[in-house]
Amino acid sequence: MLELMQGPLLISILAAMVRIATPLLFSAMGELVTQRAGIWNISVEGTMLLGAVVAYVVASTTGSPWLALLVAVFACALISLIMSFVTIVLKAEQFVAGLALNLLASGLTLFWFQTYVIGREPPKFAGFEQVDIPFLSDIPILGPVLFSQRALTYVSFLLPPLVWFFLYRTRYGLEVRCVGENPKALDVKGLGVGRRQCLAIMFGSLMSGLGGAFLMLGYSDRFVPDLIAGRGWLVVVAIIAGNWMPFRIVGAIFIFALLEAVGIHAQVVGVAIPHHVFLVLPYVASLALLAGLRSRTHQPVALGVPYSRE
Amino acid sequence: MENLLSVQNLTKRFGPVTANDGVNLEVRKGEIHCLFGENGAGKSTLSSCLYGYYRADSGVIRFKGEVAELNSPADALRLGIGMVHQHFVLVSNFTVLENIIVGSAETGLFLTKSDARRKISELCENCGIRIDLDREIWELSVGEQQWVEILKALYFGAELLILDEPTAVLTPQQSDQLFRILDGMRKRGLSIILISHKLREVMQSDRVTILRKGRAIATVETSETTAEAITSLMVGHKVNKHVRDRSVEPTGEVLAVDRACAIGEWGEDILKDVSFNIAHHEILGLAGVAGNGQKELFETLMGVRALSSGGFSLEGELITKPTSREMLDRGIGFVPDDRFLEGLIPEFGTAENLILGWQRAREYCRGPFLDRRKMDALARRKIEEFKVVTASADLPVERLSGGNAQRIILAREFLHSRGLLLANQPTRGLDVAASEFVYEKILEKRASGFAVLLASEELDDLLRLCDRIAVIFKGRIMGIVRPEETTLLELGMMMAGDASDVQRTVQ
Ligand SMILES: Nc1ncnc2c1ncn2[C@@H]1O[C@H](COP(=O)(O)OP(=O)(O)OP(=O)(O)O)[C@@H](O)[C@H]1O
Ligand SMILES: [Mg+2]
Repeated sequence: MLELMQGPLLISILAAMVRIATPLLFSAMGELVTQRAGIWNISVEGTMLLGAVVAYVVASTTGSPWLALLVAVFACALISLIMSFVTIVLKAEQFVAGLALNLLASGLTLFWFQTYVIGREPPKFAGFEQVDIPFLSDIPILGPVLFSQRALTYVSFLLPPLVWFFLYRTRYGLEVRCVGENPKALDVKGLGVGRRQCLAIMFGSLMSGLGGAFLMLGYSDRFVPDLIAGRGWLVVVAIIAGNWMPFRIVGAIFIFALLEAVGIHAQVVGVAIPHHVFLVLPYVASLALLAGLRSRTHQPVALGVPYSRE
Repeated sequence: MENLLSVQNLTKRFGPVTANDGVNLEVRKGEIHCLFGENGAGKSTLSSCLYGYYRADSGVIRFKGEVAELNSPADALRLGIGMVHQHFVLVSNFTVLENIIVGSAETGLFLTKSDARRKISELCENCGIRIDLDREIWELSVGEQQWVEILKALYFGAELLILDEPTAVLTPQQSDQLFRILDGMRKRGLSIILISHKLREVMQSDRVTILRKGRAIATVETSETTAEAITSLMVGHKVNKHVRDRSVEPTGEVLAVDRACAIGEWGEDILKDVSFNIAHHEILGLAGVAGNGQKELFETLMGVRALSSGGFSLEGELITKPTSREMLDRGIGFVPDDRFLEGLIPEFGTAENLILGWQRAREYCRGPFLDRRKMDALARRKIEEFKVVTASADLPVERLSGGNAQRIILAREFLHSRGLLLANQPTRGLDVAASEFVYEKILEKRASGFAVLLASEELDDLLRLCDRIAVIFKGRIMGIVRPEETTLLELGMMMAGDASDVQRTVQ
């Protein structure tokens, strides 16, 4: 275990942590806004997968990762209309709707994969390259960890403060939080609850798509059906563990990412702890976090409760 | 005088229930117009239709002479109609300020709160409302929360303001203050629709429209009528005010509280050396402005809040660490002040709510299962005995009107309690007839030997019902007096914490 603490390896672990955490930041910040608007959209996993698939297809046919990203995000925003229709118009159980979307996404992906991908020559595609920030990337330790990453990684660093600012410092953020806490309070002021929830779902969905596409384009050279591998669920757990507060969620995600990074490296170095132990660590950690942080819950009061007047 | 609002033939149904049945209503410019009617008469439904929150099934609403299409509150607000809802519509972890400004475009994109803060502070000052704008709602007492609701409506500045039972949780002093505000508005030519069950307030209005079973049966000029007249119009018969039977004398001792203290979440004293006792055949009134420790006193007696020192004895047996299970098993009946939060499970039907707390009792079970047949039979019996208006015993109680929901709590607590009844604000929000029904039932318990602790803000009621009245202020008992030896003024002073020349306690 001790060998993991050594210089170069440590840097490698930390860099891996940042690499693992940042796609999740997109999904988590999106899902946070959705949940703050009172919608428990658990289809993060499926939406990330969809984003990855679309990004893969577009990137391998057009060769442009940025176009792929754009199309993936757009597709996920579009797909979110299903979730909006089912939960806001039909007022169905949000949990069930989310589960259904997840199953649909993984089923369709498997089908597509087995029909069109498997057994053929994997197409070449160009993903995102590493962008070294001049000077900053030369700082020892911090440089390789933080400033020799993909361009989107740098964007993701800005995201939590932006989302925080939106939620707590803008009028629309206040309205979104109001919808999640007590939709009637906004309704009686003459503002539409459904419209805001729909937009929040759309934002969450496109951010999840962005996270999935980033995972695909930034860190994979070929598509595999379990590319997301439960990270979407981890995002949902991180939001709960982070008590619906932006920066705590970031903290939770980085803890999960660190555990995963350690797991990967432990495997490489050959530490005598079974790999599976490391796989469950993030979940154990989130349970510990949940049990440990006994502060007042910030879970939106109306989370998951469909709103209707009569 | 010209009509600001006129409603013709408004009908609103909820499934099989017709809440408003061809209602006609006219509200003049510059008047306070009361809606008066029993629980479930359709007052709130009518107001919600006028506010565009519910869509009326049929009928025409004219505002300033023109037909108004009210499809959502946005339409009403645009016309200048504001409303305070019967049940709070507040976000409990927003601050007062945030609750008022959310949804208003005036703050700009980046929530510049300073202008709004100034405007609200001015409003508070003009109206004599003292409230800290930066406190979160959950920290406020219900009375303060009601002021926030009123401020929300005033901030918007409507031409027609609908107030649905704004005074149910206000003290008489606070209600007077509200009326001063409303009077100022009336003088400025604004109109107010006010719903209240308190006759004292109804009599301060200009006109009263009486609703019965969804129909508007009469509109009268307040100055040309009396409280008795509108009450009998409302229920269709005369309502008798019950008084306690003085020939029955309290005897013995059921409950004796000895220097009970309790500490709040921030280490403050919420109960300080509270001592009193209650005998068989006795009703001890607990008078006080809401939020002075009444709720906490009831909670400690029920074993849901810990005592920090002191204790109480029940039938002579000392209890220092009560648990709620133990208190239930000892047969203490408890009517909490918040019926839907603490007294009932809103989603459950009448039958289930009737056995809450006693679901383990042998009489309602068959082996490990609940005995539905017995529960249903019980529900049917109690619905009849307590005259609960409900479509069926399975209908979720959240669909019942406040008065009917309260009857279910009473039925349950009366059924299972033996010897001691604790009732915190049991008539809050109930109409005159329903309140009298509750009092009648409580007096029956007194006659049968119960000791009753009855907290209420209705001093008139306490004076005619209670054998003695304890006044609580900031967690202390200021004194215990006999109704025949005190006055409203004296009680009022003690409730405000001034007991300098009335400090006394009668046994
Ligand atoms: N959302 C709803 N769904 C079904 N029935 C309802 C609903 N709201 C009200 N009702 C029914 O409509 C009738 C009128 O209710 P409403 O709340 O208007 O009475 P109210 O006069 O305001 O009574 P209270 O004095 O108790 O507030 C009642 O029988 C009630 O059960
Ligand atoms: Mg009502």
